[in-house]
Amino acid sequence: MVARVYVTLKPGVLDPAGKAVENSLHALGFTQVGSVRLGKYIEVQLPDGNPTEARAKVEEMCRKLLANTVVENFRVELG
Amino acid sequence: MKIGIVVFPGSNCDEDAFHVAGQVLGHQSQLLWHKERDLKGSELIILPGGFSYGDYLRCGAIARFSPVMEDVAAFSRKGGPVIGICNGFQILTEAGLLPGALLQNGDRQYSCRDVTLRAERTRSRFTAGLAPGDLFRIPIAHGEGNFFIDDEGLKRLEGEGQVAFRYLDNPNGSRADIAGIVNASGNVLGMMPHPERNAEPVLGNADGRRILASLLS
Repeated sequence: MVARVYVTLKPGVLDPAGKAVENSLHALGFTQVGSVRLGKYIEVQLPDGNPTEARAKVEEMCRKLLANTVVENFRVELG
Repeated sequence: MKIGIVVFPGSNCDEDAFHVAGQVLGHQSQLLWHKERDLKGSELIILPGGFSYGDYLRCGAIARFSPVMEDVAAFSRKGGPVIGICNGFQILTEAGLLPGALLQNGDRQYSCRDVTLRAERTRSRFTAGLAPGDLFRIPIAHGEGNFFIDDEGLKRLEGEGQVAFRYLDNPNGSRADIAGIVNASGNVLGMMPHPERNAEPVLGNADGRRILASLLS
């Protein structure tokens, strides 16, 4: 089983790298682009098993290491 | 005083801190490899600057799980003094020993230059030797020094006198120009600037010595 983890900056937290990408998209002529926010995508390989338990484990991994919950949110998808 | 300086893989200011604490300020300083489970009788711990674990995932995120950090956390919970400089500050916020987080600089530049710091009034022992309003020229060298804390957290820092240093000319977008803070009990301090890099006149100015003399007293 693979857990797909999306880590994103909380709303209101400044994202200078996202701003740089946004400016570059504007410079390329994509003038319709609003704001751009960068995040992280992490794949975690797990043994097949109970999805509820797996999700709880991965959420614990997020709180302890994969995300800094002071400034980041996370979302977990199992597949 | 016996001062322990933790060496993580990727630390690069450990020898500077070791030299200044020992040779310049006359303390007994010792390096502590991050895998050690013993602070070897250290009475004050410094987490030095650098790029521990290559800054993978987030600056300081991996270093906080080094074996020695359990002992550092326990030492600080008992009131032991702990100082984090630059990457050390990032590690302390990741470990939850200091509030807030350090984000990428607002201008996306790695900034390596001297800045002017102002000492603020705190109840912490660390700043007891500094007069509030004192100014210092101190080097900074970081890409992620943009101190962030939510509104409520900022109110608490300001209200409880936990801001130790502020930039006069904010180089990185930090909230409220914050360059260094202490925890609520005043025994853990984190700062982005590097006082250990200019603690002797031969290095241009010795303002760092004035700060470290207070922090390590």
